[in-house]
Amino acid sequence: MSTAYLLNLLTIVCIHLIVVLGISVLTGFTRLFSFGNAGFMSIGAYTSALLTLRLGVPFWPAVLVGCLAAGIIAYFLGSITLKLKGDYFLIATLGFGECVRVLFSYIEPITGGAKGLAGIPKHTTFPVAFISALIVLVLTWTFIHSKYGRSLAAIREQEIAAEAVGIKTSGYKKLSFVYSAVLAGFAGGLYAHSLQYLSPDIFNLTRSSEYTITVVIGGLGSITGSVLGALLINLLPEMFRSLSSYRMLFYGVAVVAVIVLKPNGLCGYKEFSARKIFYWFKNLPGKLRKKRVEQKVKVSENAEKGDMQ
Amino acid sequence: MLLQQIINGISIGGIYALLASGYSLIYSLLNFSNWAHGEVAMVGAFCAFYGVTIAQLPLPAAAVAAVLGAGVISVINERFFYRRIREKNAPTTFMMIAAMGISTILQNATKNMFGVSVKIFPSMLPVTSVAIGNITIGIYDLISLMVAAVALVGLELLVNKSKFGIGVRSVACSSYTSSLLGINVDRILVGVFFLAGSLAGAAGLLLGLKYNVSSTMGSIGTKAFVASVFGGLGSIKGAILGALILGILETLVSGYISSGLKDLVTFVLLIAILIIKPSGLMGVNVSEKV
Repeated sequence: MSTAYLLNLLTIVCIHLIVVLGISVLTGFTRLFSFGNAGFMSIGAYTSALLTLRLGVPFWPAVLVGCLAAGIIAYFLGSITLKLKGDYFLIATLGFGECVRVLFSYIEPITGGAKGLAGIPKHTTFPVAFISALIVLVLTWTFIHSKYGRSLAAIREQEIAAEAVGIKTSGYKKLSFVYSAVLAGFAGGLYAHSLQYLSPDIFNLTRSSEYTITVVIGGLGSITGSVLGALLINLLPEMFRSLSSYRMLFYGVAVVAVIVLKPNGLCGYKEFSARKIFYWFKNLPGKLRKKRVEQKVKVSENAEKGDMQ
Repeated sequence: MLLQQIINGISIGGIYALLASGYSLIYSLLNFSNWAHGEVAMVGAFCAFYGVTIAQLPLPAAAVAAVLGAGVISVINERFFYRRIREKNAPTTFMMIAAMGISTILQNATKNMFGVSVKIFPSMLPVTSVAIGNITIGIYDLISLMVAAVALVGLELLVNKSKFGIGVRSVACSSYTSSLLGINVDRILVGVFFLAGSLAGAAGLLLGLKYNVSSTMGSIGTKAFVASVFGGLGSIKGAILGALILGILETLVSGYISSGLKDLVTFVLLIAILIIKPSGLMGVNVSEKV
């Protein structure tokens, strides 16, 4: 495996991670399922790519405009669809994602249609992607542990109760939807300038569901889980390159196994914390001692029972 | 010309209706969208294809193979996956995610087993068409129309007139109360999944005959799903109506405007109906219970 290949792979993993973190906030912490985030990614990717390619706008402003476009569209879409409950919201986002895909392949003079858009300048190197992912990770972590994040968790647990204690649920749901869309748009911009080629079919329904699946496998309500899920799902297939045709099969089996056997995912509702691990190790001798004492007690009890008989 | 397009639309709409009624049937009982339904139809088409090519079955026997094969796959999904999730009292969205996983598994398992190539049925019927006035209907279109009509009327009769149908309707009303009244809910569900699966198998066979058989043909399920949402999730009559409207609309759009815009119209329609009337054309009240 050459270094260039490895760096390319890690760049893509970082980009996926950014989208997954957005979905983690939306699905894991607000429990809104969206199958349209590939659509937002597509909007971000095409907006920024067209800006750099056709108008010669510098890289970062172009990516930011892409984010903004995704965010604004998410705001309006959220305003009209977030009233829908459960499955119906998901269906609406699914319809939106497919609309974006079909529209981009239809407006051929601008987007290059189904043939794709080639020759996008390469700006997303590994350091760029890595630092972006790191910033997004810190941002998401702070967001979730702020007042806003706790309100989102309250909506997830019981929407009516959350409303009763004064949380403006519709506003917070929209916030979480727009946040995930902006991250998807950001990742789309990075993706376009890393792959240097775009086609509307890259951002299809399967792509959207892959992201949601990653969050579910990692565990709902856990940023650690989402990061682990994204790493696992993107890196594991690379280790078994020879089995690459079985990649999607492995995906499906993993999803069904997680959902049926361990619905909480890898680490649902749990976060990585250095302090907890420190205390776990600190308390380990005590725990072992306790166990040994318990065993001794058991042995002596059994011995007593034996005496009685 | 217009009438001709409408007839073509009804013919494809009939196939959508076979699938869409399955979505509605399952949604009305379990409140989740069975994403694996399109792939169940694909399994049916593969059963029929290999029945015809390898086992040298005549077409009617292959049709039975398609219906049974798809029905059995559907029941396996229910028995081994959905039921386990229900027993854990997990939210219904989890069943939907599991269904997505199952659809990925089925699609890729067939791809790895039978290859990505598109398979075309050997011609079993003379390629003729029937002319009524100045409208011509292809023989396959005519057959698929008739099969869809018979199957859907049969389904309506089964749900409304038989004892099994009473059970289905009572479980749809409340599975908890039904189980108190001595209805074996799990058995009803197995029956419903078999019924939905076999309808999907018939749809798969018809699609395979009309176009071709491939591991990605299950994506037709998304269209059928849109149709059932359009007509009202949970209502069989609504699903059939939605499917027919969708079929006609698609052929009209691709005939008069552009075939590239066909899918766009489908999904714009979906979002519009969700915003204007989320319960669909004939749906029941969707206000969610807490």
